[in-house]
Amino acid sequence: MRLRSLVAAAAVSALGISLAACGGSDSGDSSNGGSGGDQTLTYWASNQGTSLDNDKQVLTPVLQKFTQETGIKVNLEVIGWNDLQTRIQTATTSGQGPDVLNIGNTWAASLQATGAFLPFDDDAMKAIGGKDKFVPTALATGGKEGEPPTSVPLYGLAYGLYYNKAMFAAAGLQPPKTWEEMVTDAQKLTNPAKKQWGMALAAGSYTENVHFAFINAAQNGADWFDKDGKPTFTGDGNVQGVLRYLDLMQKDKVANPSNAQYDNGTKSVNDFANKKVAMVINQNNADSSIVANGMKAGEYGVVPFPAPAGAAAPVGSHVAGINLSIFKNTKHKDAALKFVKFMTDADTQTTLGKPFSSLPVLKDAKPVFTTDAAEAATFSDVYNNKSKPLPLVPAEDQFESTVGKAMNSMFAKIATGGTVTADEVKAALKTAQDQVAAGS
Amino acid sequence: MRETRGFKIYRGVVLTVLGLFVLLPLYVMATSSLKPLGDVQGAFTWWPSNLTLDPFVDMWKTVPLGRYFVNSTIVSVAATVASVAIAILAAFAVSRFRFRGRSVFTTTVLSTQMFPGVLFLLPLFLIFVNINNSLGVQLVGTRLGLIITYLTFSLPFSIWMLAGYFDSIPRELDEAALVDGCGPMGALTRVVLPAARPGVIAVAIYSFMTAWGEVLFASVMTTESNRTLSVGLRQYSTQTNIYWNQIMAAALVVSVPVVIGFLLAQRHFVAGVTAGAVK
Amino acid sequence: MSVATEQAPAEAAPGVRAARKRGPDHRPGLSRKLPYLLLAPAVLLELLIHIIPMLVGIWMSFVKLTKFFIANWSAAPWAGLNNYRIAVDVHNSVGEGLLKSFGVTVVFSAVTVVLAWCLGMAAAVALQPPFKGRSAVRTLFLVPYALPAYAGILTWNFMLQRDTGAVNHVLVDNLGILSDRPFWLLGGNALTSLITVALWRLWPFAFLTLMAGLQSIPQDIYEAASVDGAGTVRQWRNITLPSLRPVNLVLVLVLFLWTFSDFNTPYVLFGTAQPPAGDLITFHIYNASFLTWNFGSGAAMSVLLLIFLMIVTGAYLAVTGRRSRRA
Repeated sequence: MRLRSLVAAAAVSALGISLAACGGSDSGDSSNGGSGGDQTLTYWASNQGTSLDNDKQVLTPVLQKFTQETGIKVNLEVIGWNDLQTRIQTATTSGQGPDVLNIGNTWAASLQATGAFLPFDDDAMKAIGGKDKFVPTALATGGKEGEPPTSVPLYGLAYGLYYNKAMFAAAGLQPPKTWEEMVTDAQKLTNPAKKQWGMALAAGSYTENVHFAFINAAQNGADWFDKDGKPTFTGDGNVQGVLRYLDLMQKDKVANPSNAQYDNGTKSVNDFANKKVAMVINQNNADSSIVANGMKAGEYGVVPFPAPAGAAAPVGSHVAGINLSIFKNTKHKDAALKFVKFMTDADTQTTLGKPFSSLPVLKDAKPVFTTDAAEAATFSDVYNNKSKPLPLVPAEDQFESTVGKAMNSMFAKIATGGTVTADEVKAALKTAQDQVAAGS
Repeated sequence: MRETRGFKIYRGVVLTVLGLFVLLPLYVMATSSLKPLGDVQGAFTWWPSNLTLDPFVDMWKTVPLGRYFVNSTIVSVAATVASVAIAILAAFAVSRFRFRGRSVFTTTVLSTQMFPGVLFLLPLFLIFVNINNSLGVQLVGTRLGLIITYLTFSLPFSIWMLAGYFDSIPRELDEAALVDGCGPMGALTRVVLPAARPGVIAVAIYSFMTAWGEVLFASVMTTESNRTLSVGLRQYSTQTNIYWNQIMAAALVVSVPVVIGFLLAQRHFVAGVTAGAVK
Repeated sequence: MSVATEQAPAEAAPGVRAARKRGPDHRPGLSRKLPYLLLAPAVLLELLIHIIPMLVGIWMSFVKLTKFFIANWSAAPWAGLNNYRIAVDVHNSVGEGLLKSFGVTVVFSAVTVVLAWCLGMAAAVALQPPFKGRSAVRTLFLVPYALPAYAGILTWNFMLQRDTGAVNHVLVDNLGILSDRPFWLLGGNALTSLITVALWRLWPFAFLTLMAGLQSIPQDIYEAASVDGAGTVRQWRNITLPSLRPVNLVLVLVLFLWTFSDFNTPYVLFGTAQPPAGDLITFHIYNASFLTWNFGSGAAMSVLLLIFLMIVTGAYLAVTGRRSRRA
């Protein structure tokens, strides 16, 4: 009896041991690396290329070059957009994260509020090459105004209006310079019977939708937060801006109602690349998708996303892009700073600009993402002169999700045959505003 | 039961309707996996006009599916083995002994089935991080962390099902073994377990399916090195394209081992569930 | 679920009794410890994975755990019942959203459970008498349940696309039932889609369980009944249904718990673009926590959900238990 109980106890503890042994063999490469001379940084990169694997292929030689120059190894993990935000949240919560990571620059102020990221104060800024090397608007996205930013720009992006040259030529049209021209052109190019539409909208993507809510309101001179960081969603300019964008599907009928189901920008860009639509508004990284889907580089042109005639401000984009942050409790602060310096130096920017179709975030750099000089000039112009940063307040993430999702619902209503009036827009924005107020 | 004409018509109707309901997605999955990307992006067609096996080749390149497959297999198999072993011990205790705390244990364990995963997702993550910091056992981003999480997820149901099954095995049998000089553990391994084989198999299948299909915790607890299929499959929708044909091909390939395993052992599963439920 | 286990101890514990019989050389202390030893691994894991995290979760529901404090939990201010107050106040947008989501979930869960039971019963009865090809049909019917959840749901997502999906192809192009292509993943139809997908995955489980239950009904009862002239329907009502009572009790409870806290179906089916009509409660809480970074508020909502599930389960077990004792 005693023996048998002992056997049972042994069996029980053996289970525990075998589990523990399992752990020994698994851990290792994902840890934060050793201390002392042999330094390894963990780097989380966002998905910029055609697939996670493609990102890895592009980044690996760049990181190897960094290792050669500095002796610091970099452990790369590419994270898809589906997972990035959750991964950053859990890392923030637990204090166990990478040393350096990519963030969507619109999250910068929200992430800054967590206090989990290293502020780029004067010393840190000097270590990465000085703040003067960056395009000022791009650097402004790094965090709240008046505080040292907790992120610095890495890849610049901006919206532009892509149009199909052949379709425009066939209809005898010129690329639009105002919102009104854009709508008229789109209407001429819309023929639902032939399944051809003037525009494609990512109307089911709350992140895309909220960008357009922001840009259209900005064209009306409206802001989403006041100086004290209080939400001001229900202003007239905001409501009219949102409605103007909704009306592309509702009143102007230049977008297929099916677009309400397009839950990411990829789907609308695919429609454009497959020549089902004449125009699409997208960030410049659409280039690689368009080409990957079979449209040749010379077949499309790009003009700034137009504001209505007599608009308060000719805003054509928010300052879009990817920023780099350092985790505050990194054990390799100096190495991390060296890495940020390396990633934002002119050489690396040039190397990565092409495969990731990004705009340079450095002052004097030339865009290399396209060989089309006109397109490069357009996007540089938009990025440098016609962009406005999204609200740099901690509640920015809530603004994105509440307003974006409200727009999803309104598009859904329009697509399923309903109508959305200005009053309803205002009511929806009021609800969103309440949610933001309750959350902060 | 007598088969009347009416019953035959009833059976015909039920089997046709349910058969179509079950088959439609399976058919779509299979045929879409054989279409080129351009075709799955266009309007649906019943029969692929351009048959291709490319999705089954490309899916390994678009996403490191092979690695995810290995991860899912190791995690699911280890979680299953451990879960079954632990459930057997616990179920034996619950079924064959009367001891203080017994009903507290069964009630508590069963009520964990009601815990919404969202509630303890973040705390669990935090506890894992603390274990790593204090004991040096890496649980976040490793297979070990997933294994112990998943094995615990299937424990309550497994213990309950096995205890029910053990209860249905006449106690006279263990008593005979005890009289023959075996201890309780001997009675378990020589008498109860062989008689409860269907129940054990059923529990093993259940545990495996739980681990193989879990999504929520995998989305937070996995990093590149231990990512499982449930999260990996989402990566076919990338910045530039949604590779529907490859998603369907991968879904098919990922499902095959579980479905075959389940179907081979379904008889035992039925028997195991019944013993648990009917008791 | 404790229906099954509660009766067991009354019948005694032969292990203990038999062990005591074995005479003086045996040490009763060890055998008293044995059950605890056997339970130890299970208890440890339950504590680590379920119980302690749950308690931490409950603690979270009482603090103001927003993004300002998430990196430094100990600094998070005590919120008292504030998170709960906001969650149940139906006059503010947070409480209103939670209530709506709760309503959607109740409808979803009720309809799915009822339909899953009906389909499962219909199929189990149809497959009760042997016929050629029976095991093939049974195998086919079980496939949706065996399929990993995400694989099945992803396929449905593909099928429910408005322009390129198979569902609209069947309804509009093939059968011509509808002239306009409806949306399935947004607007009011989202709930229908959600139920359909969940049903597709769950009804085989009901089928499996009911089929197993049917097998345990002795054939001769049916024979006696048909000698008495009872038709198929009456046999079903008078024999099948009452015999399946214990199975049904457990089945309905399990299906309810599964559907009510279903996360996978809305998460995989809708992704980030979930429509209000498909806003199931666990998904709602997930968004409330992760999208707005308000983990305290999310935890309070989860605790409310947990309390609700426990009350329903407890009431269900009490009512059904009393009734079966009376019967």
